[in-house]
Amino acid sequence: MSELVINNLHVKIDDNEILKGVNLTVKQGEIHAIMGPNGTGKSTLAYALMGHPNYNVTKGEAFFKGKNILELSPDERSHLGLFLAFQYPVAIPGVTVANFLRTAINAKWRADDPANKGIRIPEFRKLLKERMDLLKMDHSFAGRYLNDGFSGGEKKRAEILQMVTLKPEIAILDETDSGLDIDALRIVSEGVNALRGKDFGAVIITHYQRILNYIKPDFVHVMLHGHIVESGGADLALRLEEQGYDWLREKYDIVSP
Amino acid sequence: MMSELIKSNIRKKFREIKEFNFTETQVTTSANGSILDEFRRLSWEIYKHLPFPTTEDEPWRRTNIKGLKTDAFYIPVDGNVGDLPEIPEYLMKPLVGEIHGGFIAIQPEKINIQLNPRLSQQGVIFTDLTTANEKYPDYLAKILGKVVRPEEGKFSALASAMAKQGVFIYVPEGVHVEQPLHSVLWAAGINLAYFSQILIYLEDRASLTFVHESASPNQNDGQTLHAGIVAIHVGAESQLRYIELQSLGNHVWNFMHERVQVERDGNIDWVFGAVGSRLTKNFSDLDLIGNGATGKMSGFYFTDGNQHLDHDTQQNHLAPFTTSDLLFKGALKGHSRSVWQGMVYVANNAQRTDGYQANRNLILSKGARADSIPGLEILADDVRCSHGATVGKIDPEMIFYLQSRGILPIDAERLIVEGFFEPIMQRIPYEGVRKRFQESIENKMA
Repeated sequence: MSELVINNLHVKIDDNEILKGVNLTVKQGEIHAIMGPNGTGKSTLAYALMGHPNYNVTKGEAFFKGKNILELSPDERSHLGLFLAFQYPVAIPGVTVANFLRTAINAKWRADDPANKGIRIPEFRKLLKERMDLLKMDHSFAGRYLNDGFSGGEKKRAEILQMVTLKPEIAILDETDSGLDIDALRIVSEGVNALRGKDFGAVIITHYQRILNYIKPDFVHVMLHGHIVESGGADLALRLEEQGYDWLREKYDIVSP
Repeated sequence: MMSELIKSNIRKKFREIKEFNFTETQVTTSANGSILDEFRRLSWEIYKHLPFPTTEDEPWRRTNIKGLKTDAFYIPVDGNVGDLPEIPEYLMKPLVGEIHGGFIAIQPEKINIQLNPRLSQQGVIFTDLTTANEKYPDYLAKILGKVVRPEEGKFSALASAMAKQGVFIYVPEGVHVEQPLHSVLWAAGINLAYFSQILIYLEDRASLTFVHESASPNQNDGQTLHAGIVAIHVGAESQLRYIELQSLGNHVWNFMHERVQVERDGNIDWVFGAVGSRLTKNFSDLDLIGNGATGKMSGFYFTDGNQHLDHDTQQNHLAPFTTSDLLFKGALKGHSRSVWQGMVYVANNAQRTDGYQANRNLILSKGARADSIPGLEILADDVRCSHGATVGKIDPEMIFYLQSRGILPIDAERLIVEGFFEPIMQRIPYEGVRKRFQESIENKMA
């Protein structure tokens, strides 16, 4: 079983230390939610785990399937089965969703077996249609340029389409719920739930408990000031919804945020 | 004082370009006294009196030719070309559609001409310059020296004087050539000088698709020269699709003077694809001379190493209700450089015209540089003209995003570059052309 193990992770952007010793273990089959106010390091954790070059790990370790992923390039982390749904997906003008996804699938297949010829086009089309249907997306979506001129909701849906097509072992969803109306949120959640099972683990980063009504987490963590300060079950999210974060700030003697 | 001294030294250097070692005796044809013969003699006289362009001449400010070894070139004639590689098979395959209506391969010692007999029966002429001079002098006279004139510059005069090779196309009134015509100039070898004239005359209500490619293999040492002319007349209500591809070796110095003249309600769809040559200076003028004439110019280029490509375009609106639309896109690697300099000119009588020009560049290496200089000169008052010019780099966030999906950085970059060219490819609905360009992108990015 795949396992993502994060020990005492410290991360700097420029000269600012954002993560100050994060510990977290996510196993395949588990859904974790990380909650917390803005600016506490949730997205930093996501980017650092995916290997963004501007996020400088100064201390600590992160292992995935027994490998030290901090030594791997982002593409190698992806090949290993890690996925990040971006909060702000980047537009790639002129490159269609279909062309991009086929390139990504082929990249993964070739990483596993350099002699692999890649996915056959009819097979790919069938797969993509199936996945688009799952997310109630019009098939014309495949021919649009990736994230180029997409609405906020379309971008988030495109992230989930990528996730359900590439089928990662552990996915990090960085505020995928923000900016979604209730219908879009339901569809996105269905995408996540479709993968849910013993082969899929997820870390859902969010401000709001709302998405957790649709994707029931096994564990809820609270991040404040670059640390995970509190962990619990789904009920912790409900308590945060009712009481906010101040009781935690008091408990751990943390000045905002 | 020091700076003045340096300046005058630089100036002296520019003037140091030696004359080519071509001689008047090379300006002869077999058909003495013919129209081509007379034209070449006249052009030689003009050539002799024209100076080499320097970077002090505005159109040449960004393209310095002082590295051109003017005394190193000889003209390939029977017997002196030695063992040159033959034109490769892939260059002779159709790029537009499935079959050729006609094909011409121009090589130093041989010219191979094929034309569908049905087209000859319709009066279509598709032949080389020498044959046109011998068999169709009256048709040739309609365009030779009329659209592009020898006195336009040192290289147009040189090409006019020297070119024995070339393609002549004539389409009679009302004739629609359904199958594309295609020609290739194969300019192989080093220290050789190639000259070509592409002359196309469409009478009224005619149509044609024509592909011309200049190509040669790369050479590690030495230079080769190509000076060429493209002169096109599109008659009233006629339509021409002209696709020109340039994949000359990275040792070739390439100088082009091109002009298309479009009559009333005529239309040209003009495509430029350039991936080759050491240095190119290409003047391409679109002259919309009749009411309602339209022209679309679509260019793509990809340079690497120390290539230098300079495209100098003019959209001349010389009559009312004319429309022009230009988009050139280029990507640059290594220490290569591109120049695009464009001008939309609207004459004072050319009311209700619509002119657009845009040039977009993507810089892929630190050492590469693109200059993009749009220009408008509008003398009429009821017109719609706009332009855009950009030079940009790949956003590292794009690479990270694609990389996070398992795509290797080199493939991510290639995907982004292909995407960058997509809008121009959308304007070129020719599968073969797209494929060839995609292959060039892959080769250059490997």
